[in-house]
Amino acid sequence: MQPGLPLLSLAIWLPMVAGVVVLATGSDRNAGAARVIALVGALLGFLVTLPLYFGFDPLAGGFQFVELAPWIDTFNVNYHLGIDGISLLLILLNSFTTVLVVLAGWQVIQSRVAQYMASFLFLSAFMNGVFCALDALLFYVFFEATLIPMFIIIGVWGGPKRVYAALKFFLYTLLGSLLSLVALIYLYNVSGGSFSLLEFYRLPLALPAQILIFIAFFVAFAVKVPMWPVHTWLPDAHVEAPTGGSVVLAAIMLKLGGYGFLRLSLPIVPDASHELAGFVIALSLIAVVYIGLVALVQADMKKLIAYSSISHMGFVTLGIFIFNLHGMEGAIIQMISHGFVAGALFLCVGVLYDRLHSRQIADYGGVVNTMPVFAALFMLFAMANSGLPGTSGFVGEFMVIMGAVKVNFWYAFAAATTLIFGASYTLWMYKRVIFGAVANPKVAGLSDINLREFLVLGLLAVPVLVMGLWPNPFADVLHTSVNELLTHVMQSKLPLQ
Amino acid sequence: MNYILPLWPAYTELFLLAMVCVILVADLFISDDNRIFTYALTQATLAGCIAVTWFTASAGPTYTFSGMFVADLMSDVLKLLTYVAVMMMLVYSRAYIAARGMFRGEFFVLVLFATLGMMVMISANHLLALYLGLELLTLSLYAMVALQRDSAVSTEAAMKYFVLGALASGMLLYGMSMLYGATGTLEITRLAEVIVNGEGKDLVLIFALVFIVAGVGFKLGAVPFHMWVPDVYQGAPTAVTLFIGSAPKLAAFAFIIRLLVQGLGAEQLLVEWQQMLIVMAVLSMAIGNIAAIAQTNLKRMLAYSTISHMGFLLLGILSGDLNGYGSGMFYVVVYVLMNLGTFGMIMVLSRSGFEAENIDDFKGLNQRSPWLAFLMLLLMFSMAGVPPMVGFYAKLSVLQAVVNAGYLWLAVVAVMLSLIGAFYYLRVVKLMYFDAPQDTAPITPLPDVRVLMSLNGLAMLVFGILPEPLMALCRYSIQASL
Repeated sequence: MQPGLPLLSLAIWLPMVAGVVVLATGSDRNAGAARVIALVGALLGFLVTLPLYFGFDPLAGGFQFVELAPWIDTFNVNYHLGIDGISLLLILLNSFTTVLVVLAGWQVIQSRVAQYMASFLFLSAFMNGVFCALDALLFYVFFEATLIPMFIIIGVWGGPKRVYAALKFFLYTLLGSLLSLVALIYLYNVSGGSFSLLEFYRLPLALPAQILIFIAFFVAFAVKVPMWPVHTWLPDAHVEAPTGGSVVLAAIMLKLGGYGFLRLSLPIVPDASHELAGFVIALSLIAVVYIGLVALVQADMKKLIAYSSISHMGFVTLGIFIFNLHGMEGAIIQMISHGFVAGALFLCVGVLYDRLHSRQIADYGGVVNTMPVFAALFMLFAMANSGLPGTSGFVGEFMVIMGAVKVNFWYAFAAATTLIFGASYTLWMYKRVIFGAVANPKVAGLSDINLREFLVLGLLAVPVLVMGLWPNPFADVLHTSVNELLTHVMQSKLPLQ
Repeated sequence: MNYILPLWPAYTELFLLAMVCVILVADLFISDDNRIFTYALTQATLAGCIAVTWFTASAGPTYTFSGMFVADLMSDVLKLLTYVAVMMMLVYSRAYIAARGMFRGEFFVLVLFATLGMMVMISANHLLALYLGLELLTLSLYAMVALQRDSAVSTEAAMKYFVLGALASGMLLYGMSMLYGATGTLEITRLAEVIVNGEGKDLVLIFALVFIVAGVGFKLGAVPFHMWVPDVYQGAPTAVTLFIGSAPKLAAFAFIIRLLVQGLGAEQLLVEWQQMLIVMAVLSMAIGNIAAIAQTNLKRMLAYSTISHMGFLLLGILSGDLNGYGSGMFYVVVYVLMNLGTFGMIMVLSRSGFEAENIDDFKGLNQRSPWLAFLMLLLMFSMAGVPPMVGFYAKLSVLQAVVNAGYLWLAVVAVMLSLIGAFYYLRVVKLMYFDAPQDTAPITPLPDVRVLMSLNGLAMLVFGILPEPLMALCRYSIQASL
């Protein structure tokens, strides 16, 4: 059942066009118009992705809603779009988050509003493009293009060290992706002149070549995820980025890395993936345990959540590289859940920051006395971040741990420590910020969240709870895609002797 | 046998030559107030050239003037692009040169003579024709660099350019004379036949090759023959820098194709110059990109960036197949387009008595003029090769050719060095967007400049989203001509 509308193209180009219109409103005199148009654009962008979910056939394999048109004939590159269950969820997450981000920046951003809103719309469009692309070059173009708006967002509306953070963010991620470009070109030549991912999936490759390609991809995606030890750009970027930037960075941009592993690394070079899985798992576990400990000692709330993101993303890479259904599904669920939870936590910090202009935990205390509604919502997200059963954070982590037990008990054991560390750093931060006596007069003067803030956080609370209590709507669309991927990955692609 | 005819492949050159003479004379009778007339006549001449070349375009190679001159699809396409580049350069420069007392007949005549030189280079099928074209071009450029004759910096730059350029020409001529000695012919197509048939003297040929590659390296500004580039770029009036950095690169590309590929492209020599070009390309990318980081003068920074771009261009050529040459041509066309926009922007920000040539002059441009800042952002990201700008596809097609030729390591080196390059382009973006303006003077470009600048900047994006037509054009014209 293919609806007539090119929904995937709409999901990409609607935000893009909206971004251009927003940009055209020009100076801050028309800031109001810019905000409204941006919101309408983001909402429309989200609405066009809903039919994707309802029209998606969870039992059918392969890619759905496929669009194919020639793009660059010289290189045989096609405008080839299509989604499976994995991309579907990420597209929904992305489009949903964009609406929230526009709302979150409504009052906070007062300078160059049009550019701010347009950047987020472009970013959303590019990321939808990454999730839809079935052509490696198209994928790469979108993947790289996301850097430009994010660079601007961090650099223009960021904190005091924004320039350093923006440059570090850009160059770090560019370093990773440039190597993968060479790998893609190599694949293009080997496959006899095609950039089609489906073509790459079928291509037999010798092990040494696979390993080199794997490394090239790995650098690109590991930087993006980010995995220990190439994670250092993330805390900087998060701390300096404006709230909206942090939300998108945590909620979606990091997922580009995980998605890249699923869409490119595993199916294109399955043998190398198996060969080097131990290495990736080791890095993932270091991220889970060590970065969890690092998060514990942070004095800056944003930095704490940034480290917690790295630790949670360790779960994702762990889940992907243990190669079983639970692990992989858990990894994807964890990505989605982390999108909601980390986004929400950054928004919570943003709410506090807007009022007191401080992110230091020590500057707060007793916030519950003045902001009870906020404290309740913050509590929910903090619990979800520590993986409390009944919240979305639990489902993914539990599935990954379950998958890991099947492979090696000690993997699971190390991963499970996160349930302790995660709870420790999140709840300890929560306790110091929210509970206790009112720390200082500034905290005493805080006003609770307004309707707009409540709406944003409330909208995030719903999926966090739904996913925790009834994950089936999310998991159902994944089964077929993940099974297919796993079957594919289990088949060796080494050329027959 | 009639050696002169047919004449039609050279109609454009003849038309241009006649028009230059007309302008030279007509300008004598024009007062300073009406100088705009000379300008209009120059633009009209170039438009006329477009028309003539368009209507005399031929499918296959046609030789004339006893085989000294060739018209093929590559030459037609490159010439058309040259006219467009020169016209754009004139539009960008008008206000700038008027404010600096260079809005005189000489400027336009020199520009047109240089254009004629480029056209001869592009169409040469004979070493002497090639050399004459090159000299007509460079002699005009020396004079143009020195046009502001009471500026010490310009004079110094012109001297440097002249001395090193003369040295390079000497090398080139020496190489050509050895080629003649080894093969007994100066005609490029004939030269290739002699070498393929193994009738040439190998040792002499290798020697000749070394001198020719050195000469080409000088003209292109590739390391280790790059010393003149930063000084000339910085010292010359920006309008002239723009000129040097744009259309002549197209001619230089044709020069390489004619000389190295068509003349010396035989198997045994190809491997020789490939090795030399590898060294030059890697060094150019390394030194160009690294030295650019340290610059505070934008023109100087762009000079180093040119060096690195020329290194990238050499990568395409050294792949040694049609695919590589086609990607090289695409690269050079894109590069010229980016360069025009960037230097055009410097001139937009400059005004009488003020040169916006320091990188810091771009500080806070986003607050002074968001539109111009956005265009410059597109240009910078395109230079850095970040998709979805067209610069990315230029790099991609060259890299593809390099990998295809079996130089995977070279592709890895190239992307690593372009990562370094990304830093200084980003720095310009950073200054425009993240910093507060130092200068609050209003920016008031002329309407034609504003339109052209917008088109130029948006072209980065449009060709980035739809790169196929330009790419296919370059590939096809190479395939049809070689």
